[in-house]
Amino acid sequence: MKNPSRRRLLSVGAGLAALTSCSKKQEAPSALGAPMSPYGERSPREKSVRLTPPPDTKTPSTGASRTPLQDSYGIITPSALHFERHHSGIPDIDPAAHQLLIHGLVEQPLYYTVEDLKRFPSVTQIHFVECSGNGRTEYGNPAPTPQESHGLSSCSEWTGVPVKLLLAEAKLKPEAKWVIAEGADACRLTRSIPLDKLIDDAMIVYAQNGEPIRPAQGYPMRLFLPGWEGNTNIKWVHRLMAADGPSMTTHETAYYTDLLPNGKARQFSFELEAKSVITRPSGGQKLAFGPGQYEISGLAWSGRGKITRVEVSVDRGKTWKDAEMSQPAFSKAFTRFRLPWNWDGSATTLQSRCTDETGYLQPTADEMIEVRGRNFGYHNNSIKVWYIQADGSVSHVASA
Amino acid sequence: MWRALSLLALAAAISFGQTRIGKPATEDQIKAADITVFPDGRGLPAGKGTVAKGKDLFKSKCAVCHNDHGEGRQGQYPALVGGMGTINTPKPVKTVGSYWPYATTVFDYIRRAMPYDQPGTLQTDEIYSAVAFILNANGIIGENDEMNEKTLPKVKMPNRDGFIPDARPDVKAKR
Repeated sequence: MKNPSRRRLLSVGAGLAALTSCSKKQEAPSALGAPMSPYGERSPREKSVRLTPPPDTKTPSTGASRTPLQDSYGIITPSALHFERHHSGIPDIDPAAHQLLIHGLVEQPLYYTVEDLKRFPSVTQIHFVECSGNGRTEYGNPAPTPQESHGLSSCSEWTGVPVKLLLAEAKLKPEAKWVIAEGADACRLTRSIPLDKLIDDAMIVYAQNGEPIRPAQGYPMRLFLPGWEGNTNIKWVHRLMAADGPSMTTHETAYYTDLLPNGKARQFSFELEAKSVITRPSGGQKLAFGPGQYEISGLAWSGRGKITRVEVSVDRGKTWKDAEMSQPAFSKAFTRFRLPWNWDGSATTLQSRCTDETGYLQPTADEMIEVRGRNFGYHNNSIKVWYIQADGSVSHVASA
Repeated sequence: MWRALSLLALAAAISFGQTRIGKPATEDQIKAADITVFPDGRGLPAGKGTVAKGKDLFKSKCAVCHNDHGEGRQGQYPALVGGMGTINTPKPVKTVGSYWPYATTVFDYIRRAMPYDQPGTLQTDEIYSAVAFILNANGIIGENDEMNEKTLPKVKMPNRDGFIPDARPDVKAKR
């Protein structure tokens, strides 16, 4: 199958090269520019897009689109480039007609509209969302670009209300131990969530990056569980049912469970472990200036808290250098790291590994496969290796 | 800091009943919305279905994707039948029969999500029949076993004991 992103060779610093080699000088504008507009667009010259499923897919409402991490700056993913993972498409919801029902093992079943939620003290936090299937290729068939290997992870500023305030209003009964969360999409996607998480730091979010949450991310409201696998962050959430146990839905039994070689499958693996990836230079790009100075840049994140250290190796893992990290470090959010690198023109590899505030160190793919086998499927947070060829091309395999 | 204080103040106010933002939900409202089914059968609606009826239903509403015998199609539509004994091999085939731990999940999922392009259109008895057909095709129930709110939770799936809790952090990286 032809995939444009696999064929596309981007040059690191190509834009700068074009500018400096350009013989024509930029003239001062002689005509008036465009007028103001009610809702802005990026420059038509910028082409970075999500990687969507092939157009001939028979079920276009089911699947994923991936964030172009290789083109990203800083730690915030533009809302328009946030990855998508839908199981029955994006519902068209009128917020005035949407309600969040809280019932089950509570003293007083209640419901809320979005406007009701905005009467509570709001909380604004920067957090990543990541599909636990992100990186599943790395259990044995490494993907060629960071978009394909890691693009099911994005980071936004989210605003909403702590779920514990809603549960306090409904007054949980002592038998309540789990909450069954359901979305208003066509398949009414449902996950069972341990109550402790909802009391700890869960939110119902209604805003993303300063505006109402995008339809693809759950408009008008989404359950947000910082650091937990994306599928549990129920989009278009319309019901929370307090219960004494999980309901064992399809998406916590048939899917999102991790099969070990002995035939046992791990279940309810919620937290996403520390992960990092070099986004530039990365697979599909090229070191356009030949030997000389480059910046290595990438992203790191952990579902267990803050990233405390990122190390980069430019010599096939023999030695590691500490990278500089963006400040402040937010918990359960992207951290941007960078390291200046003087490429000597020889073939080598680039890789990054991160440590989070629990002391957990990101493992290699081999270390992970050794413990989990190759059919584990989800929750792969192993080190991603990029191969630099002598001609400056960057690839996911030893020889391009 | 101010945020933490205001949250505390509000939580205190709520617990003393001074204010409440949520509106009381009625029994009817809850009944209309609650489709949760638990593995012990709580939440299952009264109804019944048979393998024979399920066979016809499957042919007309499910086979277009899942194929005539539930074997799936070209990797795009999952197989519901088969794969027995493959779960602990290098090439596991995960199906309802070989992998799913609870029969109640089959009812729950069909009711909320199937048929894929027309979810929520099947009647309760049709759902029980579809479940009966899929379980029978996997050799889990007999040709004449009726599936209803009492019998379904009693079905023991072959992989019922195949799931264990999350054991991470399980991979210790060497520095």
